[in-house]
Amino acid sequence: MQKILIIGATSAIAEAAARRFAQRGDALYLLARNGERLDHLVRDLKIRGAASTAGAQFDANDFARHADVIEQAAASMSGLDAVLIAHGTLSDQQACQADAALALREISTNALSVVSLLTHLANRFEAQRAGSIAVIGSVAGDRGRQSNYVYGSAKGMLSVFLQGLRNRLQKSGVKVLTIKPGFVDTPMTAAIKKGPLWATPDQIAQAIVKGMDKGSDVIYAPWFWWGIMAIIRSIPEAVFKKLSL
Amino acid sequence: MRMHGWGRYPVVEAQSQAPATESQTAAVLAARAGQPLIARGMGRSYGDSALAPQVLDCRPRHLLLDFDAAKGVLRCEAGATLDDLIDVLLPQGWFLPVTPGTKFVTVGGAVASDVHGKNHHVDGCFSSYVIEIELMLADGSVLRCSRREHPELFRATCGGMGLTGIILSVSLRMRRVTSAYIDQTTLRAGSLAEALALFERHAGATYSVAWIDCLAGGAKLGRSLLMLGEHADAGGLAPLPKRSRTLPVDLPPQLLNRYSIGAFNALYFNKPREARQRVHYEPYFYPLDGLLHWNRLYGKAGFVQYQFVVPREAAAALHAIIARIAASGRGSFLAVLKMFGPANENYLSFPMPGYTLALDFKLEPGLFELLDALDAMVLDAGGRLYLAKDARMSSATFQRCYPQHTVFQQVRREFGALGAFASCQSNRLGL
Repeated sequence: MQKILIIGATSAIAEAAARRFAQRGDALYLLARNGERLDHLVRDLKIRGAASTAGAQFDANDFARHADVIEQAAASMSGLDAVLIAHGTLSDQQACQADAALALREISTNALSVVSLLTHLANRFEAQRAGSIAVIGSVAGDRGRQSNYVYGSAKGMLSVFLQGLRNRLQKSGVKVLTIKPGFVDTPMTAAIKKGPLWATPDQIAQAIVKGMDKGSDVIYAPWFWWGIMAIIRSIPEAVFKKLSL
Repeated sequence: MRMHGWGRYPVVEAQSQAPATESQTAAVLAARAGQPLIARGMGRSYGDSALAPQVLDCRPRHLLLDFDAAKGVLRCEAGATLDDLIDVLLPQGWFLPVTPGTKFVTVGGAVASDVHGKNHHVDGCFSSYVIEIELMLADGSVLRCSRREHPELFRATCGGMGLTGIILSVSLRMRRVTSAYIDQTTLRAGSLAEALALFERHAGATYSVAWIDCLAGGAKLGRSLLMLGEHADAGGLAPLPKRSRTLPVDLPPQLLNRYSIGAFNALYFNKPREARQRVHYEPYFYPLDGLLHWNRLYGKAGFVQYQFVVPREAAAALHAIIARIAASGRGSFLAVLKMFGPANENYLSFPMPGYTLALDFKLEPGLFELLDALDAMVLDAGGRLYLAKDARMSSATFQRCYPQHTVFQQVRREFGALGAFASCQSNRLGL
């Protein structure tokens, strides 16, 4: 049985992953912005077989409380083996271009809050010389594009931050997993027209759980995004800047 | 976006909102500005009962809330699917008390259509196992209704096609089982009279249903394969591995015609089979769920499923209706005959003591004339049509089928549902 903290637990991908953890009898502590939904999810996962479930309402941008909520989660489960960080917002690129404060808030939610949480969590795991950290990034973080570079740059920052963290924690036996989903059919993307490349939240969740169990470093989900992004990354900037992607 | 039911007819332009919580649901209702809306789940009703210009998608509210493992009582959000309930509860020894022919429906939808299964003759409808419903009314307030609290709202909501409010949660009594398997007995009936006699003789069986050949006429009219089932006591509770195929494209509508279906029916009827076998619940209850998007079989134009019931004493009328269908040459290979048990108190629930027949008709010119003629025969026999399948019955037909529609409307008026909850179907039926 693993003691797992899930941050942004009511996101579709996190919920699907939590179901898989619950099914195999892990203990879960959930943090989410929507307290009403969180309360129901805590009940749901218990019925699905979780060893224990608890949770707390949580605002990712309230950095001052981060140390406390992590402490509370660990105390509630008497320990912490793994964390899945899944919160995020899909930024409205047009709106961010018109409003610097909004752009900064999106960066804060999608990147800075994760940096803050990971700083506390990394020290904890490093001290206990064990643990698993999984963070949901995005293929959008692999290359900046005009259509979503605010969101993309936040995810790109996470990607580099996690590389460094992985390097640092390697000698302590702590695993750091970066998950880069492609298009996922979730409430966050409800407004976007879907095509054949779209995956379900449970497909991503399956990849996450497998990656955490195996101790993988970076995974694309579904896997074929690795190839797509390899091509996109390889396009020379002089050409790329003229494309409308 | 363009939206349709499982029969893919009719298609309407609809806007959908998908609130994830009770307060978000209340906000959607508060913002509807005089426009009515209708709750929608998995979209498995065949016609237009979950269709409207404004649709409230209940699927995000799919969480399980409480489970009393001693009594087998589950409380869940309305968008939870029967598929999910089986996945979670069968390994703990609990199965659905009543299940329709697909598990890809929501609990809220099962309540709203007051669905029945192969055990109706002994166990009644889905609502028989519903203990309590939390219902959000048009003004955003929430009422608990049960047989004791607001019983009239309970009777209107069970089978009420979503026209009383938004179902938030449902408390449901599950069925104890010791195995995921069903002991199935298959009996051949050479004619309709034989089939009905077999139903009567095996009225004590937990599950009974017949596949019926609706193209065979003359002496073979009504030839059937009656399938009885009992929960097995061994075999384990494990689910089958999830392995479904999908029908990726629309088939050409010409593919299914009286000759191809007639040939299929003759082969299926005469196929050698074990009279007794132990089968997993999946193929027993949900033979079509293994083929996702099977509704594409009938081509792009879609199909309607016609399901009616006639009283037990109207066996002659049933014979005449099947003869009419056989003569038309339009019947499908997915035709199902079942004996119902007693009716319940819900105002719009479908079952009544008698025989129900369900079959698909590919949409093509002349079909609605045939169905109108069948309607008249059903009504003359004192029968009725199933709202969850309907896409085309007239308001007059509806009123004769469901004499309690006036009480239903009174209850809706009393709880502020008129003008707030409406579907394409309710508009057509004059509700």
